[in-house]
Amino acid sequence: MIGPHIPLLIPITYLFLALLVPLLGWLRAGAAWAGAIAGAAFSFALSLAGLQRVLTDGVLHYHLGGWPPPIGIAFVMDPLSAFLEVVITGIGFLVLIYARRSVAVELPERAVPFASLAMLLLTGLSGMVITGDLFNLYVFLEISALAGYALIAVGGRRASFSAFRYLTMGTVGASFYLLGLAFLYITQGTLNMADLQRLLALQGGGVPVTVGILLILLGAGLKMALFPLHAWLPDAYTHASSAATSLIAPIGTKVAAYVMIRVLMITGFPPVVGGLAWLAAAGILAGSILAIAQTNLKRMLAYSSVANVGYIALGVCLAHPLAFTGAVLHILNHALMKAVLFQAAGGIAEKMGTLHLFRLRGLPARMPWTTAAFLVAVLSMVGIPPTGGFFSKIYLLFGAIETRTWAFVAVILVSTLLNFFYFFRVIEVSFFRPDQNADPKREQAVEGGRRDEMSLSMLLPMLVLAAAILAVGIGNGPIVDGVIARGVPGF
Amino acid sequence: MIAFVQGHYVYLLLVVLFLTGLYGMMVKRNLMKKIIGMSILQSSVILFYIASGFKDGATVPVLDPSLGVDYPDYYLNPLPHCLMLTAIVVAVVTLGVSFALIIDMYRTYGTIEEPLLLERMKDEE
Repeated sequence: MIGPHIPLLIPITYLFLALLVPLLGWLRAGAAWAGAIAGAAFSFALSLAGLQRVLTDGVLHYHLGGWPPPIGIAFVMDPLSAFLEVVITGIGFLVLIYARRSVAVELPERAVPFASLAMLLLTGLSGMVITGDLFNLYVFLEISALAGYALIAVGGRRASFSAFRYLTMGTVGASFYLLGLAFLYITQGTLNMADLQRLLALQGGGVPVTVGILLILLGAGLKMALFPLHAWLPDAYTHASSAATSLIAPIGTKVAAYVMIRVLMITGFPPVVGGLAWLAAAGILAGSILAIAQTNLKRMLAYSSVANVGYIALGVCLAHPLAFTGAVLHILNHALMKAVLFQAAGGIAEKMGTLHLFRLRGLPARMPWTTAAFLVAVLSMVGIPPTGGFFSKIYLLFGAIETRTWAFVAVILVSTLLNFFYFFRVIEVSFFRPDQNADPKREQAVEGGRRDEMSLSMLLPMLVLAAAILAVGIGNGPIVDGVIARGVPGF
Repeated sequence: MIAFVQGHYVYLLLVVLFLTGLYGMMVKRNLMKKIIGMSILQSSVILFYIASGFKDGATVPVLDPSLGVDYPDYYLNPLPHCLMLTAIVVAVVTLGVSFALIIDMYRTYGTIEEPLLLERMKDEE
């Protein structure tokens, strides 16, 4: 019965709950979170059902208000968008379970607004992926961005300033997107993605179209923190609350990357991708090197996000089926890894009272489960089989080899070494190194191995995600052949 | 040259407006002035769409019995205006969120001058 309406129902569920959650919050904060989590679970189930339908029956179209495109707005679920929808709703659901407890500890008086904003963020992100209309995409982009600014601002004392920088950069990015879209709309007279793709293939571009595409890519690059437009990201992630970071970091920049992928697919991979690939490669190296220089765990993870967005952009811009597969698989992998890592960082900040890399001594004894999940994510980050990260990097590597771009092959290999370096530093300190500036009493307590693990409702989602990293690694064959391969455009 | 300016003066003006906004956002130290720059930038994009919807000699897109529906050329394209109605709402909301952030920063640090703000943040560490 609800089958044909799945594309619409996913964002609508979130939007409805964003309004319902404050009302429930009037009764009790617990009711608000129960509603939010139930809604996220429902959306996750819907997007799984949607993916199932897309794989069996082909692309799902939903015409809003019954107006057929290109006049009306269409929601389209093709294999690529259905796959990303599953990633977004799945991560959203699991992180919300974690966030309920994390917010109760960190920001107890702001629990209800946080839940409502999280729902708005997910409305925007899920809508961006599913819409078939470029202006509608802009609206969803701004919904998710505005909710994101507010989520980041409810953090520590410095969070407002970081959120403000994010806001100014994000708004410039969105304005560039809108301006670029104006060029496409004025020359082609349509906003529908499929229609635009058809028109551009039919009559080719011309200067205004190229300018429009460049402006859109610039906007998307700002939003996805593509090097050298990443300046807003480290501050925003570092100063936000751990629940907000765990929610935004895994899926926020990935959806902006999806915008880039979609625009490149619509415009048939114009020559500009060559230049973008170099930017992405520079971002991989710069992000990894800057990550080494950090002493704050969250800040280090933020720079690693810059590097990983580079992998995704590089994979897409190589314009080769293997590299494209690697990029899409890396969206899933990186979302899982970053969710685990930021959740672990949140737990560490709560229990150890610090995020300073050199003060994490005794972490494995105190928080064995967190450390285990952290380790799995780190192995995946570096790219060690059988974790998921290995396979996405292998696809990227093969794609680079196939296109004979040896510089990019070198970048991928070198960045793996850099990843190894900055992640194993954390492990080395926490497992082996004595803590220079700790007082002896506390030292003894740590040596005694006093267990002080995160609460179960924060631990469980993290462990599920860590298990998913392994599952994606082991089951990468069916995922790639069954889902991602169907979303790869013809090059 | 003069013909070019006559034909494109709207766009030239909008380019100036866009760059003014961008300049304000990048160069001004006061956060409020940055936001003013942001608003100018957004307005220039909105006006760009509106300008694209203009047609010389056409009328508003409401059915005129004397013109009928046989000649759509006589009517303006209403779509850019509708789109920009949404974009204006987005711009207003962005403005609201940024004001909230500025108020919060002012309450915490007592200033909205960026260099001073950064200094006070550093002192805090």
